[in-house]
Amino acid sequence: MNLVIATTIELALVTTVLLLLLATPLAWWLARSRSAWKEVAGAVSALPLVLPPTVIGFYVLVALGPASPLMALLHPFGIRSLAFTFTGLVIGSIFYSLPFAVQPLRTAFEGVGDRPLDLAATMGRGPFDRFITVALPLARRGFVSAGILVFAHTIGEFGVVLMIGGAIPGRTEVLSTRIYSLVESLQFGTAHVIAAGLTLFAFVTLLGLLLVERRLGGVRS
Amino acid sequence: MIDAVFHGRLGRDFTLDVAFAVPSSGVTALLGESGSGKTSVLRAIAGLDRRAGALTIADEVWQGAGVFVPPHYRRVGYVPQGDGLLAHLTVGGNLDYAARRAGAGGFDRGDIVARTGLAPLLDRKPATLSGGEAQRASVARALLGQPRLLLMDEPLSALDTAARGSMLDLLDALFADAGIPVFYVTHDADEAARLAARTIRLDRGRVVAV
Repeated sequence: MNLVIATTIELALVTTVLLLLLATPLAWWLARSRSAWKEVAGAVSALPLVLPPTVIGFYVLVALGPASPLMALLHPFGIRSLAFTFTGLVIGSIFYSLPFAVQPLRTAFEGVGDRPLDLAATMGRGPFDRFITVALPLARRGFVSAGILVFAHTIGEFGVVLMIGGAIPGRTEVLSTRIYSLVESLQFGTAHVIAAGLTLFAFVTLLGLLLVERRLGGVRS
Repeated sequence: MIDAVFHGRLGRDFTLDVAFAVPSSGVTALLGESGSGKTSVLRAIAGLDRRAGALTIADEVWQGAGVFVPPHYRRVGYVPQGDGLLAHLTVGGNLDYAARRAGAGGFDRGDIVARTGLAPLLDRKPATLSGGEAQRASVARALLGQPRLLLMDEPLSALDTAARGSMLDLLDALFADAGIPVFYVTHDADEAARLAARTIRLDRGRVVAV
């Protein structure tokens, strides 16, 4: 059981860190660009909100499988397939939780507005400098929200991890898939404990999110 | 001399079409009603908006054929209308932020802080300042960037009558000692007469009188 908890938390942490790094430039572009294509990109990045997790899981599984051209590119590095591996789980989770990082970051960057960035420009700061010293600190609430949401959403995913990971004990089995296999073998007692634990975790996370947003909200105005 | 030419369609029925040349010292007021293009001219001088045209400050070409110096290389001190501070930094943090990329210049931090009365406010966040305090901090911030040119957009507009009087005195004194050219946007002819050596009057995007 401890191993399952460790895998679950490790997956959520790695996914959160990587996804925040990847979503930041995308959200910045979506917030600042005047390109007509940005709403198309915005819609694509929001697809995981409405797609069945099995669809995402299926595509990622195919892309990471031994027959995929993507994996053929990795053959020289000795990698044949990432399906049913922890790395595969991380990749699937990144797609699955993408909108939960992009939306709050985009909203936060849009809330920064032109004025502070213009001010920084007149104070001798180039575009990258302005992003680091003005946009990031002013958008910090978005980063906190995105981090909490991605972490919680990754803990809560089921369809994607089952399809890509196969719930292999000790490698790709997480709490949500453990409940499923416990119920299949009629071990309701342990299933109850995990289910209650995940419910409590979800409640505490959402409460924490609301409190953090309220606290940071006053500072920003 | 400062030579400026800006033109372009800014809105459905607003076209900017200005040209002026003024000495590169002293205060030049940009006077006009709201919607006359004053702020557009100021932003074009700062390089924050890219308009067709040309701009030369003394011997430096900031905009011309194939040349557009981006705003962060122009060394302008810009005091926008309303909120002119970075909200995530304290007043002192704002001054340090401006000073960090500043070149050599004549504005001394201690002197500016004393003259703008900011000493007791240095640890405060902008959101906790009154309109007058924020405006003085914004002016100090602009000066400590050691600007080549000072741009001010209606710096008195957010102030009550009492604060206006003391702000006018402060600006008058600062401009007199600054030794750099100032463009001062206002809709108030008395204010322009009080502070400026010359006035450019704008109406619907055009220069109507100098």
